[in-house]
Amino acid sequence: MSSKPRLLLLAAGLAFACGAIAQDIKIGLVAALTGASAQSGEAITRGLAIAIDELNAKGGIMGRKVTLVRRDDESSPPKGLAAARELISNEKVAALFGGIDSPVSLAIIPVVNKEKMPFIGVWAAATNITKNGANPNYVFRVSAQDDLVDIKLVRYAMQTYGVKKPGLVLINNPWGESNEKGLKVAAEAAKIAIAGIEKIEPNDVDMTAQLTRLRNAGADALILVANAAPGAQMMKARERMGWKVPVVSHWGISGGRFDELVGPTAGDAHFVQTYSFFGNLNDAGKRVFTAMQTKYGIKTPADVLAPVGTANAYDAMHLVARAIEKARSTDGEAIRKAMYEIDDYAGLIKTYRKPFAPNDHEGLGPDDYIMVKFEGGKIVPVGK
Amino acid sequence: MDLNTFFSAVVAGVGLGSMYGLTALGFFVTYSVSGTVNFAQGSTLMLGAVLSFTLGVKFGWPMWVAAPIALAVCAAWSALVEAIGVRPFARRGSESWLLATVALGLILENVVLFTFGKDPRGMPATFLTNTGFELAGLRVTLLQVAIPLVGFGIAFALNAFVTKSAAGKAMLAVAQNRDAARLMGINVALVVTGAFALSGIFAGVAGMLIAPLYTVSAGMGTLFGIKAYAAAILGGLGNPWGVMLAGVLLGTAESVITAGFGSSWTQILSFALVIVALALRPQGLFGHATVKKV
Repeated sequence: MSSKPRLLLLAAGLAFACGAIAQDIKIGLVAALTGASAQSGEAITRGLAIAIDELNAKGGIMGRKVTLVRRDDESSPPKGLAAARELISNEKVAALFGGIDSPVSLAIIPVVNKEKMPFIGVWAAATNITKNGANPNYVFRVSAQDDLVDIKLVRYAMQTYGVKKPGLVLINNPWGESNEKGLKVAAEAAKIAIAGIEKIEPNDVDMTAQLTRLRNAGADALILVANAAPGAQMMKARERMGWKVPVVSHWGISGGRFDELVGPTAGDAHFVQTYSFFGNLNDAGKRVFTAMQTKYGIKTPADVLAPVGTANAYDAMHLVARAIEKARSTDGEAIRKAMYEIDDYAGLIKTYRKPFAPNDHEGLGPDDYIMVKFEGGKIVPVGK
Repeated sequence: MDLNTFFSAVVAGVGLGSMYGLTALGFFVTYSVSGTVNFAQGSTLMLGAVLSFTLGVKFGWPMWVAAPIALAVCAAWSALVEAIGVRPFARRGSESWLLATVALGLILENVVLFTFGKDPRGMPATFLTNTGFELAGLRVTLLQVAIPLVGFGIAFALNAFVTKSAAGKAMLAVAQNRDAARLMGINVALVVTGAFALSGIFAGVAGMLIAPLYTVSAGMGTLFGIKAYAAAILGGLGNPWGVMLAGVLLGTAESVITAGFGSSWTQILSFALVIVALALRPQGLFGHATVKKV
């Protein structure tokens, strides 16, 4: 063969390949893929990938193949912002998913609203991610939201332990402050008093002083908002004091080796999740778990790292796919409007019925959250 | 604040303060012998905790094997800091050992971050943390009693060492007059190295004792180092008892402030107290003004 036809063939092949890529619907993810929170990014990736595999097995969205494009934000807002810009303008993604870090999502939000890019948070819980004041607002969430978690925590404490006067133990940072507001509102709505509010520092060695203040103020439960290490310090102080007070916690403590850091009393802290692979699974649950077994070598529910990331991302991806189908377009504005039109979707976490409305961009609410605890190195449910 | 809260804050504070005091004894030892201090002391504390966790928990060695090895490494590390971070500068009359020791501490911290990992780890519970007793309506664990006992025990032993033993007297001689000591046949370099090694052991012991109460991580020593130095200055670097007592006072003040006002105020008020105390007694609470002999 002379070189000319060969070149022609190559050109034809290239043109075909480019055409095929242009036909794909690209879904973007900006999340922590390395660093201390790398597990969260991996969990989200798994949820998205399994949902995308299912979509493609059924012929994709609008007959077009779906592909995932990931970028690492390294938990840094500037890096996340740069990655989001790149995915929007170069990769021309149809929708963008966010990761675990609220500050990164908060940095990206002005850009997605300006660029009319649908953004779906599947982990970060800060209230002002979805309630960002923009109109129209392109930011949706299928995850927990701080204000709603606070309602759940107060409700759970009252129903499970008959709590009338909880004490708050909050990490001394903006996340703790946001939950301080949310918990005050939730307690007021539930008509119960707060015994006291104690701030803890990440470096506090001994928190007995703070806990003693709460005990003297008559606290009948502790509501904890902190990450694993300071949360563990609180649990150890509680144990040293021999104070068998119920502990109800936000999900921050699930991010590290909480059970190892606390020791035997780790299971005393009940905390919020959106999903668990333990127990009786619905159809979607069985499907996703089987996919994880074949695709990622998972054996038991305890092997699933960070189940909330996978579950939220899986449901969110299917919801977005439905919105794109409804819109018959990958135009951002059309997708945003179609998000309000999604009908029933029997998902992993629940069956969604018109999950979004113009004044409600939260796919999940307090009734969808579950309470779990550590038991023998696993996270197991303690019931709704 | 009622009596019960106050008492519980004091128990917690004495434990924490004993760790400041013990670490501060390291500053005292090197300062009295060589006029220099090791600002990598906080990182040595961390090294003691990280090594005893790695050897004792990860590798599963018995603690009576793991602990001495960890302490030996702490001693060797501090001697190394002296050899490369202090001696070359002190010899030339430069004060750059200040920065050099800080830098070596940061380097160690980052090496541990790479090798040990970023995740804070937890010491498993032992009979020391599990066993407790009631004292005036307050639950106190064995470890909380052991920490001040070990702290003051070491201060007592150190005091006996420098006043009674030959090696201790050699240390004091070096502290008083280097040249005269050298003329008397005392190996000054060796004594200084020994002082640094001893300071490393104190920090290592503090790290091991605090580990079960706290979390083990590369960054755990930084704040301890600073507070221990504050305790050393507050105590006046004059005698081991004063330094130890100043540590306990600082720890108790912190704990009582947290109990009374909340932990947002702890650092502000406790360091303000340190500054006020030093303004009133520049030589330290238990130090005596020295007259520079010419």
